[in-house]
Amino acid sequence: MTTVGDRKPAGFEDNDQHPVGHGRMLRKEDPRFVRGRGNYVDDVQLPGMLHLAILRAPVAHARLVSIDTTAAEAHPKVKAVVTGATLETLNLAWMPTLSNDVQAVLVTDKVRFQGQEVAFVVAEDRYAARDALELIDVEYDVLDPVIDVRRALEDAAPVIRDDLEGKTDNHCFDWETGDAAATEAVFAKADVVVSQDIVYPRVHPAPMETCGAVADFDPVEGRLTLWSTTQAPHAHRTLYAIVAGLPEHKIRVISPDIGGGFGNKVPIYPGYVCAVVGSIVTGKPVKWMEDRSENLVSTGFARDYVMRGEIAATRDGRILGIRTHVLADHGAFNGTAAPVKYPAGFFGVFTGSYDLEAAYCHMTAVYTNKAPGGVAYACSFRITEAVYLVERIVDCLAAELAMDPVELRLKNFIKPEQFPYTTKTGWVYDSGNYEPTMRKAMDLAGYEDLRREQAEKRARGELMGIGVSFFTEAVGAGPRKHMDILGLGMADGCELRVHPTGKAVVRLSVQSQGQGHETTFAQIVGEELGIPPADVDVVHGDTDNTPFGLGTYGSRSTPVSGGAAALVARKVRDKARIVASGMLEVSADDLVWDKGSFHVAGDPSTAVTIQDIAMRAHGAGDLPEGYEGALEAQITYNPPNLTYPHGAYICVVDVDPGTAQVKVRRFVAVDDCGTRINPMIIEGQIHGGLTDGVGMALMEIVAFDEDGNCLGGSLMDYLLPTAMEVPDWETGFTVTPSPHHPIGAKGVGESATVGSPPAIVNAVVDALAPFGVRHADMPLTPSRVWDAMRGQARPPI
Amino acid sequence: MQVSMTVNGEEVTREIEGRLLLVHFLRDVLGLTGTHWGCDTSNCGTCVVWLDGRPVKSCTVLAAMAGGHEVRTVEGLAQNGELDPVQRGFMECHGLQCGFCTPGMMMTARALLNENPDPSPDEIREAISGQICRCTGYATIVRSVRWAAAYEADQRADADQPAEPAATTGGAP
Ligand code: FES
Ligand code: FES
Repeated sequence: MTTVGDRKPAGFEDNDQHPVGHGRMLRKEDPRFVRGRGNYVDDVQLPGMLHLAILRAPVAHARLVSIDTTAAEAHPKVKAVVTGATLETLNLAWMPTLSNDVQAVLVTDKVRFQGQEVAFVVAEDRYAARDALELIDVEYDVLDPVIDVRRALEDAAPVIRDDLEGKTDNHCFDWETGDAAATEAVFAKADVVVSQDIVYPRVHPAPMETCGAVADFDPVEGRLTLWSTTQAPHAHRTLYAIVAGLPEHKIRVISPDIGGGFGNKVPIYPGYVCAVVGSIVTGKPVKWMEDRSENLVSTGFARDYVMRGEIAATRDGRILGIRTHVLADHGAFNGTAAPVKYPAGFFGVFTGSYDLEAAYCHMTAVYTNKAPGGVAYACSFRITEAVYLVERIVDCLAAELAMDPVELRLKNFIKPEQFPYTTKTGWVYDSGNYEPTMRKAMDLAGYEDLRREQAEKRARGELMGIGVSFFTEAVGAGPRKHMDILGLGMADGCELRVHPTGKAVVRLSVQSQGQGHETTFAQIVGEELGIPPADVDVVHGDTDNTPFGLGTYGSRSTPVSGGAAALVARKVRDKARIVASGMLEVSADDLVWDKGSFHVAGDPSTAVTIQDIAMRAHGAGDLPEGYEGALEAQITYNPPNLTYPHGAYICVVDVDPGTAQVKVRRFVAVDDCGTRINPMIIEGQIHGGLTDGVGMALMEIVAFDEDGNCLGGSLMDYLLPTAMEVPDWETGFTVTPSPHHPIGAKGVGESATVGSPPAIVNAVVDALAPFGVRHADMPLTPSRVWDAMRGQARPPI
Repeated sequence: MQVSMTVNGEEVTREIEGRLLLVHFLRDVLGLTGTHWGCDTSNCGTCVVWLDGRPVKSCTVLAAMAGGHEVRTVEGLAQNGELDPVQRGFMECHGLQCGFCTPGMMMTARALLNENPDPSPDEIREAISGQICRCTGYATIVRSVRWAAAYEADQRADADQPAEPAATTGGAP
């Protein structure tokens, strides 16, 4: 090709500003990805590696009568066939879930959802393993399934979890928060009460890379190496140690490049355990990669809340209280991946961004014959459901009061001077300044003009809708005294070593699935040490080479691990100060830090850089009394609180009156995630979440027929947004730093997934206002919108 | 059976099963793991490669069918160690996050630019509409392709050549 210099084309944002610290900067991980040199789990090839395939139940509820594996075992390429009975002899047939329930690794007694793991085959290649599955003969005694969540607690409902001692119904748990009596009192005195049934249907995170693992057990050393698609390698290692009885120091979990997670890769799935067993049984490395339909039918789903929302207000639009009752479908096993004291995740933030007098929630969770899961799909531990509920019900109130939805929100926002603000459900919002964020979104959208345009279009019979949502999230779990996963406190470790030449390596306990940690964390360290991020290598996703910590989900990497990275760098800086005091022969107190160097107060010419100091710290010369040498530190950061990002979203839709097709014409997102480390990466996170929102609001649902057959088991049935369904996103930001986070940053990875569905649904409902529509449940597919236009809106389940 | 084809300009011959998919041939047999696999139903497009210069879903092509043809994968996008402007565009405009859809997206983008050196955002969206990205929300992918188009237009202008499609990579029609 003709090469004329290396000029970049004009008219594009310059994302390559080589900041020392925070700022726009191209990603350090991208050069390998654009060359096709990523290293995902399925890319791992080991000598002699075998392939594992799982036989799954074709029905939702059935007694297992018999399994005949003879023909499969006789297949010339098959090395092992394992059933639940085999696992029972190893005491591995059941494993704990992240919610202190148990889940079958392979069925021993009864199938509890369609797609459940029944047996596995290990063979010489992928195709042969699949062939052999066909040769396994299973006899089932089919039982009535429990599919309708509303009927799960009926006396006549078959009991799904008869494996649990004394279990006589399908009740999973009850949970409440807030003050029922106080809430009843504000509802009694309110001028206006609005209630609405709202369903957040079951959806699936469906990352482009499905789940999988390569297990390599070395029988001589008793050492297990497991490459796996996990967002939490350290937590997984500990759980494998507990489940399989392997000594923890002999387990190495490697989570290499991960092709998207979105919460799908937090739980331990039976397939991972099968891969480990497969390797132990055959003495060979074993690869298991699920196919797309296995991913959709068996791995962690999200949502599935049937809610009733009630809101009480004065006639002039002062919101007094919110009350909600939730029926939660947890599937066949309670596999919710949330801190154990939070069985409903952080749904307690359903009070939203508003200053209320009272709030109350009561939730009943039940078992059904569906796949387990519940917390996934960038939900920030159920904040998606909470924000959807409050932002939908506030819009219902606005309609009832004939008030502009923005005006109603502005009137009820928590005021800046009220922070830190304790909600009526006990959450302490760290900081926020809501009105400027809302106004910025209105400015970007041209809100008044849009309303004028809408009025004109309505007069012509055109269906244009404008939807608003405003959210506050609670992310960065969390303070270990309140939050743990199966007893493991949700703190994160970080280690930083500055090499003699001033280059550094930082080791994280969190793990990236595309969020760009190798860049962001290099920038955090670079900012604190005053060295270029290019000089900081980021190591993550390998339990042998990183400190302990709980992993990446719930937007916790920046709030928790980001705090750890900043503090460990400051610790190194403190050490550098001591070394510098020796070099400059002054007391450490007389030194002034100037991003990257220390100098004697009042004399910048004496500056010694971090690079000079690093060389000195490793050199042969004298060091200050008591300083052993090297320039490194490690830390475990236990955050004092969560961080509470917020945002204002405005969506504009056009609905075709003839086909009921919804087109998202514009979407404006203004986010406030406190201090912004890399604005380019933040914008990318927002864009991705907005696209999830379009998917959930308009397209995605995992539905079941009455026999429990999953109707969303392929990408032909489970529709994901393509470039054709989404607009060119318009984003903006405000900055309200977190007062307690070391650099003032808040999490942002899930903000848009949380905040966008209500904006889109509010827009569609607004478009359908001429038909008297006040609510319609997701997904707003043409047929469901068509029904709503005819006064026949119905819940999706 | 035996199959021979050209992959990224190199002749390869292998003994394979007749039912082997091209995506598995590339990944498991040749070790070219830049091409990904993401679905059972030809919906995701993480597997897109070129067959005789045109993008195809390699999960929907038997390796045997590629016999005698020319295949190009993401590993063959850079020429003589120099990144293709599409690859640079994706880095410059944050057109990727997890990177899983990226090889397929870039192969389609390069093919589009070969046919249409100045595609509009809508034309770019349509070109990648058979492919799914769960991370980026597509806007940055559109920008990335526009970046590459603008870069190549600058190159052509600088070289003072008439504005005709520049075949910047081999293997294109
Ligand atoms: S693997 Fe999904 S389209 Fe080819
Ligand atoms: S970058 Fe992750 S799927 Fe596209």
